[in-house]
Amino acid sequence: MVVANIIQAVNMALKQEMQRDSKVVVLGEDVGVNGGVFRATDGLYKEFPGRVFDTPLAELGIVGTSVGMAVNGLKPIAEIQFSGFMYGPFDQIFSHAARIRMRSRGRFTCPLVIRTPYGGGIRALELHGESGEAIFAHTPGLKMVVPSNPYDAKGLLASAIRDPDPVIFYEPMRIYRAIKQDIPEKEYLIPIGKANIVQEGNDLTLIAWGASLKMCKDLLEEMKGRYSVELIDLRTISPYDRETVINSVKKTGRCVIVHEAIQTCGFAAELIAAINEDAMLSLHGPVVRVTSPDVPFPLYRLENDFLPSMARIKKGIEKVMEF
Amino acid sequence: MAKKQEENKSDIVSVLDENGKSDEQYLSKISNDKIKEFYKAMVLIRAFDQKAFNMQRQGRIGTYISYKGQEASQAGTALALEDKDFIFPTYRDSGVLLLRKQPIVQILQYWGGDERGLKSPDSVNNFPIAIPVGTQIPHAAGAGWAATIRKSGQVAVGFFGDGATSKGDFHEGLNFASVFNAATIFLCQNNQYAISVPRAKQTKSESISKKAVAYGMEGIEVDGNDIFAVYKAVKEAADKARKGNGPTLIECYTYRISDHSTSDDASRYRSKSEVEQWEKKDPIARVEKYMQRRGIKIDKDAILEEAKAKIEKEIEAFEKISAPDPKDMFKYVFAEMTPAQNKQMKDLLGE
Ligand SMILES: Cc1ncc(C[n+]2csc(CCOP(=O)(O)OP(=O)(O)O)c2C)c(N)n1
Repeated sequence: MVVANIIQAVNMALKQEMQRDSKVVVLGEDVGVNGGVFRATDGLYKEFPGRVFDTPLAELGIVGTSVGMAVNGLKPIAEIQFSGFMYGPFDQIFSHAARIRMRSRGRFTCPLVIRTPYGGGIRALELHGESGEAIFAHTPGLKMVVPSNPYDAKGLLASAIRDPDPVIFYEPMRIYRAIKQDIPEKEYLIPIGKANIVQEGNDLTLIAWGASLKMCKDLLEEMKGRYSVELIDLRTISPYDRETVINSVKKTGRCVIVHEAIQTCGFAAELIAAINEDAMLSLHGPVVRVTSPDVPFPLYRLENDFLPSMARIKKGIEKVMEF
Repeated sequence: MAKKQEENKSDIVSVLDENGKSDEQYLSKISNDKIKEFYKAMVLIRAFDQKAFNMQRQGRIGTYISYKGQEASQAGTALALEDKDFIFPTYRDSGVLLLRKQPIVQILQYWGGDERGLKSPDSVNNFPIAIPVGTQIPHAAGAGWAATIRKSGQVAVGFFGDGATSKGDFHEGLNFASVFNAATIFLCQNNQYAISVPRAKQTKSESISKKAVAYGMEGIEVDGNDIFAVYKAVKEAADKARKGNGPTLIECYTYRISDHSTSDDASRYRSKSEVEQWEKKDPIARVEKYMQRRGIKIDKDAILEEAKAKIEKEIEAFEKISAPDPKDMFKYVFAEMTPAQNKQMKDLLGE
């Protein structure tokens, strides 16, 4: 066991997968000599000569060439420095990476991982705070993973790298260094598509992912067992673990979903639709979503007004419990 | 193998180089007052940059992006333009904005996380800073194209760094501008780095200005630490564009003395001696020396004190500004708020 934060866990997974599989290469802006602006790729440039590339500043180029590498025998791990710069290469992701297997009838595949930090709450610059998971979940052929702690980050990233299809790996910037955990030094995998029941409970199902998960945990601690809450860390947004969600809501009959992304067409909407389809008759009241409003992520002085807060999550829980 | 850019300096626009070599014919046409104005502009924007950097360190504003070392490129360009012209600046161009009538209070507001800082004064056309690298380049092409169509006599200037030239936006913007004869200046401040990535790893092209050739456009390389050369090149390109003779790519060859941003540590990827070499080419010291030679008397300390006093006054005003209203988030998204936004605003603000 070693103590690691999320950045270190990501770094460990990258290192181990590069040692394990010589086809794995890393590319992106500042990922080589500088070790990444968050140091996620620290040390790789030295340890794996000829397999870690500082690219020109061009996200579309990074993803487009990664697609070419992936179809021709490599396993590229591309870093997009901030998820706010995923819109440029979206054409490559949506129109190509996600469709290659289908369009070539399985003749070509695209085992590509795009790692990118996302999320608000750290007083960052414009376009450095958004949560776009729903956009990628709305892209057929793409997997979308969001770890919420170092242990999961390492195991999920290893799975993403070994996955035969393209995976977006969303790293919660706000808690990059906020959580330290004992994690195994040896390699291990956490399956993509499996949620984690962080805490079992009977009154209410609380669903979150990424940095919001920590906030929910902290809140439950603060509420000191006022309700028996089942806390679910979704971990994979696409394909999400519908079974775990439905079973939990059937048991508790109440549900609150938290995400940093804006409300309309946020991923909570899909979860609520699934609950509506499969667990409607178990519900004691409407499902509540605690999200950001439908406006562009503001500059940092207003970000705490914009993002879900512990107070707003608590209000959401009370609303459902008191319905 | 591409030639190193340094070895190939015959066609660089230079008026006053760091060794005192100068184009006397050009300089003789510039009045003493104009030279003082150039000098004061650079002193002012350097003083602001220093102050803003300190304020970030003290937690009075958020992340700040310094342009130290690039004052000649920024001031030389800003002073060669007219108010009606349209500029498309990046996060690094606070110096340009400051000299383009953007109130210092607002520049600080922006870096202090307050949206209100982005609003352009009505008398000038300062487009909001682009945070994504390169995305503003096609805007400059489009605004310059509009100027051509509307015969407005404006010039549009797109600012960007060496890194941005790797993006598709650069190619598309320059190609459009050339095809449609846009009244645009593409102003690249080649400060030798895109965060940690040196210019040589960005492109194998011999220089950035040479890229213009492929678009059938004039490309000019300028000593970016020589305010006279920058001014001259921009002025000429602007005149050309106003006459309907199309776009120009100008590469200001300069250096970022500061870290990339207040979150960066440049010592990880470049040597101290390299920075020291460039410090010797300081754009302000160069003009000081020249003024001495030409017999223009100035009171250096008084000029600096005046700049600092102006900045301090604005900082005082900045710190008195009331906090932004959360309602502001909703106010400018659409001309009219949607029903969903309206409900969310009420829920959020408990009204
Ligand atoms: C599209 C995009 N990708 C990445 C970033 C992160 N980033 C900010 S500045 C920068 C380097 C830009 O270098 P350059 O264009 O040379 O301009 P400079 O910052 O040196 O002025 C990077 C990679 C960004 N802001 N936008």
